[in-house]
Amino acid sequence: MAEGVWSVADITARARELIERGFDLIWVRGEVSGFKSYHSGHWYFSLRDKSAQVRCVMFRSDNQRVTVKPQDGVEVFVRAKPTVWDERGEFRLTARQLLATDAEGLWQIELEKAKAALERDGLLDPSRRRPIPSYATRIAVVTSIDGAALRDIVTVMGRRWPLAELLVVPARVQGDGADQDLCRALELVNRIEDVDLVVVGRGGGSREDLWVFNSEVVARAVAAVRVPIISAVGHETDVSLTDLVADLRSPTPSAAGEAAVPDKVAVEDALRGLARRLGASASARISWGSEKIERTSDRLSAAVNSLVGSGTAKLTTLAASLGALSPLRVLQRGFSVARDGTGQVLKRVSDFQLGSKVNVTVLDGTVETKVTGLPE
Amino acid sequence: MTDRLSFRADLERLEEIVRLLEGDDFDLDDALELFEEGVKKLKSARKLLKQSELKIKHLMEAADGTLNAEDMDI
Repeated sequence: MAEGVWSVADITARARELIERGFDLIWVRGEVSGFKSYHSGHWYFSLRDKSAQVRCVMFRSDNQRVTVKPQDGVEVFVRAKPTVWDERGEFRLTARQLLATDAEGLWQIELEKAKAALERDGLLDPSRRRPIPSYATRIAVVTSIDGAALRDIVTVMGRRWPLAELLVVPARVQGDGADQDLCRALELVNRIEDVDLVVVGRGGGSREDLWVFNSEVVARAVAAVRVPIISAVGHETDVSLTDLVADLRSPTPSAAGEAAVPDKVAVEDALRGLARRLGASASARISWGSEKIERTSDRLSAAVNSLVGSGTAKLTTLAASLGALSPLRVLQRGFSVARDGTGQVLKRVSDFQLGSKVNVTVLDGTVETKVTGLPE
Repeated sequence: MTDRLSFRADLERLEEIVRLLEGDDFDLDDALELFEEGVKKLKSARKLLKQSELKIKHLMEAADGTLNAEDMDI
């Protein structure tokens, strides 16, 4: 190849690089023409206005999310990445999203932009979500003071969890200025002490009515609440931005009431269970205690027995020595005792008088005798 | 005495007491004390559940920035 000469592949590849680097995903507005849906499921069409046109492709993975197939002549918004298709040397847009250009389409673009901004700041990260406390008692409710949402929440919570204290922080939930109202109310919530949980939302309504919950500033205010927060916007199918940044999404305010607090009946059941276990553990303790007492009394009586036993032995010894000292034992050995008429024991010769009576006790009885002689 | 705001803490303590009593390895005196504490917590929690009524307050910010909560009826 001559120096300085580019191959076709090189120049188209270089052009593609330059274009792809030069643009992020952008929104382009134009009229659809030459729309074709291939067997592969990919869509091919052009977007054009008065002075220009550009080829577009929308792959199946992206166009599956588009609810209505666009028709030729319809004006749309396309979120796309500009590129060059090498095989044809063609400048074209790879469309990722496609919306109608009516008011809803415009809103949708705002929403997508806001969502992308929240995503960039990590606010849509599921790991940010905090668990809902199991026995919330002080609950802030941010909603319209005269809306159905508040009545529904009060009804459900009053039935399920009468321990709750609801702090109603009023805010307009639709119309001009509703976004600022909601932001201010959510900031107030951060200044209340001991709040366990926050519910923000409103009852069902038209898409326009609910739109403030898709506002980026409101979503950021929800994300900034320092305790767990439930987003309860009355729509069953759509999801609003506040739903995405909240710790929990409830499809209606009533459902938020259910999710926010435990059911009194279930808690009473749990208390009954705890009471049973408390009772069972106590009776186990008591029988363990009485066993211990029995063991103690066994040891006590053994001690008493051994004391008594040793006492008996001692008594036996004492009795033996007492027995040894008994005069009877002396008599047994052949000695006798002499007493005068008064019973006085006569121990010495001088105690005897000639001719007096002397009672002599021997082993088996007493003999009356008379003194007939005394030693000189 | 259990009140609304300490309900969760009291219930957690009650669960802890039951777990402790179901385990072994402590004194009969301690067990009795724990048991009594458990019974007290149980009674007051039940009473609270039975007697409480939902409180609803309207929170407002005064001009000087202080927060006031007033009872409200729905």
